[in-house]
Amino acid sequence: MTHQFPSLSPEQKKELSDIAQRIIAPGKGILAADESTGTMGKRLEKIKVENSEENRRYFRDLLFSTDPSISNCVGGIIFFHETLYQKSDSGKLFPQVIKDKGIVVGIKVDKGTAGLNGTDGETTTQGLDGLSERCAQYKKDGCDFAKWRCVLKISDSCPTSVAIAENANVLARYASICQQNGLVPIVEPEILPDGTHDLLRCQYVTEKVLAAVYKALSDHHVYLEGTLLKPNMVTAGQSCAKKFTPQEVAMATVTALRRTVPASVPGICFLSGGQSEEEASLNLNAINQVPLNRPWKLSFSYGRALQASALAAWQGKTANKAAAQEAFCSRAKINGLASKGEYKASGSADQASMQSLFSASYIY
Amino acid sequence: MTHQYPALTTEQKKELQEIAERITAPGKGILAADESTGSMGKRLNPIGVENTEENRRRYRQLLFTADQRIDSCIGGVIFFHETLYQNTDDGTNFSQLIKDRGIVVGIKVDKGVVPLAGTDGETTTQGLDGLSERCAQYKKDGADFAKWRSVLKISENTPSELAIMENANVLARYASICQQNGIVPIVEPEILPDGEHDLKRCQYVSEKVLAAVYKALSDHHVYLEGTLLKPNMVTPGHSCPTKVSHEEIAMATVTALRRTVPPAVTGVTFLSGGQSEEDASINLNAINNCPLAKPWALTFSYGRALQASALNAWRGELSNEKAATEEFIKRAEANSKAALGKYQSSGSGTAAGKSLYVENHAY
Repeated sequence: MTHQFPSLSPEQKKELSDIAQRIIAPGKGILAADESTGTMGKRLEKIKVENSEENRRYFRDLLFSTDPSISNCVGGIIFFHETLYQKSDSGKLFPQVIKDKGIVVGIKVDKGTAGLNGTDGETTTQGLDGLSERCAQYKKDGCDFAKWRCVLKISDSCPTSVAIAENANVLARYASICQQNGLVPIVEPEILPDGTHDLLRCQYVTEKVLAAVYKALSDHHVYLEGTLLKPNMVTAGQSCAKKFTPQEVAMATVTALRRTVPASVPGICFLSGGQSEEEASLNLNAINQVPLNRPWKLSFSYGRALQASALAAWQGKTANKAAAQEAFCSRAKINGLASKGEYKASGSADQASMQSLFSASYIY
Repeated sequence: MTHQYPALTTEQKKELQEIAERITAPGKGILAADESTGSMGKRLNPIGVENTEENRRRYRQLLFTADQRIDSCIGGVIFFHETLYQNTDDGTNFSQLIKDRGIVVGIKVDKGVVPLAGTDGETTTQGLDGLSERCAQYKKDGADFAKWRSVLKISENTPSELAIMENANVLARYASICQQNGIVPIVEPEILPDGEHDLKRCQYVSEKVLAAVYKALSDHHVYLEGTLLKPNMVTPGHSCPTKVSHEEIAMATVTALRRTVPPAVTGVTFLSGGQSEEDASINLNAINNCPLAKPWALTFSYGRALQASALNAWRGELSNEKAATEEFIKRAEANSKAALGKYQSSGSGTAAGKSLYVENHAY
């Protein structure tokens, strides 16, 4: 605990830090287009489209070949392995299409959850085996960041200390390995929104989980300036009887982050979880208006919350391509504004009056 | 790890946060006047003054009766137990005197270091026994914040994991107990400057120690907004042959804090350790001018660095009291400016000049 052994050179640190800064440049966030084959099946089933490799390629192409102005609001795109090696209609590999737009390419590297025996259905995440070699290859193939999702849940007995410790540790191992290979690790400790718990309970659990995550990152000598965090927002459980406003969600979220996330972390890109597109935008916007010091960028890393309307507009028909792209662009622009606290939902008040909805003296 | 049990009410949290904010209001810092009887002996000996209770009283009096110029520079004063119950010449209780000037009263509550068996001379700090009752009494007697000092050292084999973990834990227990009694805990994990290690080594160790401290505070459910941190600045060891500039110290210090101290912590009040008065001010100034985002107040909690000249000017003589007080006021004003990043030093400190600052150096 007393001597430092070299893990990253100054050049490696600078490269990682620069990549992270590019992804969360002002007004930009991340498109999470890394749905696994199985998960893509769930999305396509909803619009009655067959889950074929071509359909998956076509839909991602639809998103990636949108108007280049998309790069004003999208700083990075997370890929699933299959997609990294697919091509657009123009014959160009997808990573190249994205890079040509000045957007950073990312890759999901975890291999899904695995059960923790002796717990009440809690999990850890696997994927560490051979991860270094895989990262080196992904870097060669155009990736500059990676994503790894851990999952925790809130119930009467969960999350347990072992679930918190195990997931924090595995996230730190993943982060350490990524950085060795020039990939910025996005650290995702998702606490599921399922349950009847209220806002305060979610805040409490989130604070404990994040404290454990950052202790693990410190223990594993991870260079924080070259990482990003992808947490859940602090919200009440989906079955909670009480409803909370975007301002309450925002205040609880920012308070939890201020108590746990060091200022050296350049950016926090929220997952959208079960939120609707509009909810995810309104909440992100409120988060960026919270009257507390927020030393990191607060942006988005949305999957469903960026793609739901696009999928619905597409319906699997080529004739709907332009409409689908329009829907995607629209959500991307809105979230870009929300990441600056400048999103005015139609029929909502302006920023000044939004501020007054924050109960400035409420102690969380 | 899943259910929250009430630790503090909303009102208690609000009170603690407000106290912490008052102490570290812009341009204000802390006078650490909490030298134990033994430590006071070490200060009075060199100026030929006998270490009696009366002399200790007279000395603290000349600090506490400084004129209104210190009211905008000193947000809090840390007392030693004996001093809390002493009076001025005209019978005014010291604690009351300080409070009436709008300065927050603090109290040192630890009971010194004890060895950790099986380590290379490492220590933990004692003082937890009956701490809750003592805090309650101190609160009644005018104190609104407390201080507890843990000590770590850098050498070939230290600090060990045990020393880091034990000191972090004892700091968290202390903090938790203070808050229950309406007292803002200043958390002080001092890493001694003794040694030949360089700046990078001190930064590395500081980061590990602070990460452990904040994990322990989280585990013990401490309300961070109602705490202050009193760390060492990141500096090379006293016997390190390589000298560094004030800007390098500032950059290493702020980088270490940014990597470990959550933004929710209201303020960071540096200890001066073995630094000269001038270096302590110049370094604090450089810290406040460091071009990285700093979400907490960065100010001082100085003992020697506020009092050295005053002690020297006093030398125990009644006729020197005004001059001594004037020296104290001078340092208080200098550090107040430094806490705002506006201090212009007249001479230069002992550290090397600006040109040693390496702009692109990755810390």
